[in-house]
Amino acid sequence: MTEKTLRKGNEALAEGAIRAGARFFAGYPITPQNEVPEYMSAYMADAGGAFVQAESEVAAINMVYGAAATGTRSMTSSSSPGISLKQEGITYLASADLPCLIVNVMRGGPGLGSIGGAQGDYFQATRGGGNGDYRVIVLAPNSVEELGNFPKLGFELAEKYRMPCMILADGILGQMMESMAFHFDPIDPRALGKLDWAVDIEKNGRPKRKVFSYKGDNLIADVTERAKRYGLIEKTETRWEERDCEDCDVLLVAYGLSSRACLEAIQKAKEEGLKVGLFRPITLWPFPAQRLAKLATRAKAVLAVEQSLGQMVQDVKLAINGQTPVYLNAYPAGGQPDGNSILTAVKSCLNGGKEGLFDLQEHAEGFAYECKRDLSLGVQGDCKGGK
Amino acid sequence: MYQGIRIAGFGGQGVVSAGILLAQAGVEDKKNASWLPSYGPEMRGGTANCSVVVTDGEVYTPIVSAPDSVIVMNEPSLPKFEPLIKKGGLLILNSSLINSRPTRQDIDVVCVPCNDIAKELGMDRIANLVALGAFIKKTGAVSLQSVANAMKKVYKRAKPEMLELNQKALQAGFDFVK
Repeated sequence: MTEKTLRKGNEALAEGAIRAGARFFAGYPITPQNEVPEYMSAYMADAGGAFVQAESEVAAINMVYGAAATGTRSMTSSSSPGISLKQEGITYLASADLPCLIVNVMRGGPGLGSIGGAQGDYFQATRGGGNGDYRVIVLAPNSVEELGNFPKLGFELAEKYRMPCMILADGILGQMMESMAFHFDPIDPRALGKLDWAVDIEKNGRPKRKVFSYKGDNLIADVTERAKRYGLIEKTETRWEERDCEDCDVLLVAYGLSSRACLEAIQKAKEEGLKVGLFRPITLWPFPAQRLAKLATRAKAVLAVEQSLGQMVQDVKLAINGQTPVYLNAYPAGGQPDGNSILTAVKSCLNGGKEGLFDLQEHAEGFAYECKRDLSLGVQGDCKGGK
Repeated sequence: MYQGIRIAGFGGQGVVSAGILLAQAGVEDKKNASWLPSYGPEMRGGTANCSVVVTDGEVYTPIVSAPDSVIVMNEPSLPKFEPLIKKGGLLILNSSLINSRPTRQDIDVVCVPCNDIAKELGMDRIANLVALGAFIKKTGAVSLQSVANAMKKVYKRAKPEMLELNQKALQAGFDFVK
């Protein structure tokens, strides 16, 4: 079991999910996660489960909604624009207190974007892309090995707290091959016993069990009651990894693939005598704020490295609450960090330079924008205009 | 040992497949390895490339932006990848199909007539393995035996005689480099 094999990220994830007891998968094709449904279509039936290629992403998440209500370990996967389509289903799953696994193999955005890896969906994943007061547990793997092993963790957390759990990966992690091992024996979900809330018929004098998304007239009580679970999760379920964090001048904060480029930067920094550490959140919600805040007090600067215009950095700032300066090294829309570019930003943190540091307002310095109207083109609403 | 490698050529020359083989060989050697195909609007007949990392330690990012070694199998890949190579790095050049020569003086260049050697062995398609053999001789990143073991896993449906031919191509590339 611990022997390492070479696997593609998406396939490791799909195999890991089946091993973790997933027995229902519904999805709709989108690059760069197509190997997930492909793998499921080949192996899910053998495991005794059901694979459905749905007619759309919206249909897929609603199939998961139905399957999850039966207590079956259910999942869907997609990539950024497809995950956007699933948001309505996700908020309904949250309101019905149903566990499920949602995988987002992120690509560049907004809109159709690009098919390369990116990290532009942090806000959507952690803030709830759907409506209403709800949370989704978000796990951020940074290797093929974690992609293969996180489905088990995801299902367990989702079931423990009766809520959706998301694995937030990206196109590079999904497409790359890497040596990996599964750290658990395959789970037979039939041996797990039924969940005491799953829909069921009337049996032995027990009334039939139902699952509702709308529970009646006391929404305030429902939402505040559910929030207790959210609070408990924030207290007990944060996960993270530390590298050279105890004694560093610049503390890097990065999740997913970006964190691996940071390891290269740490190595290069060491060669130049600089003390750089890495704090890698593994749960993005709950964000490991407390531990990060503690570590940040010992550093001169904190540098968030992410493949977006700056999304996770907001959680970093909330956690650190002004104790230590927080900077951003940004690679939006499919840009990829490497050790050298991160090291440049690290040096800027230390010497007050600007190279490699991204600040939205500085970025717009000297930039003026004006909405242009031209009467000679015609007037608004005039279909005859623009001849 | 940390080897970041880029292998580039036309689609169909087996550059992506040679990369998987190299990564699998790394795993056979109990090393850590990663493989990543290139993204972009590449199409049939266009250029293809992949990144491979083989290391005793942990693989940092699988995107090899400054490779220790580059294998170029066709003309258009040379100007694209020559500038990326680390100072003192290695360039394996398929001299059967590439007439230009690199301009950099700070890298180690090995010209291997991969297609000619492959044709002599009876099959043009195995030029990728000739190049891989040369790479292994120069770097020792993985062993010849581990590539042989890896072939059985990567080319699961290959006939025994095909595996044998692959093996010969690998050896020929290995032996070509003195």
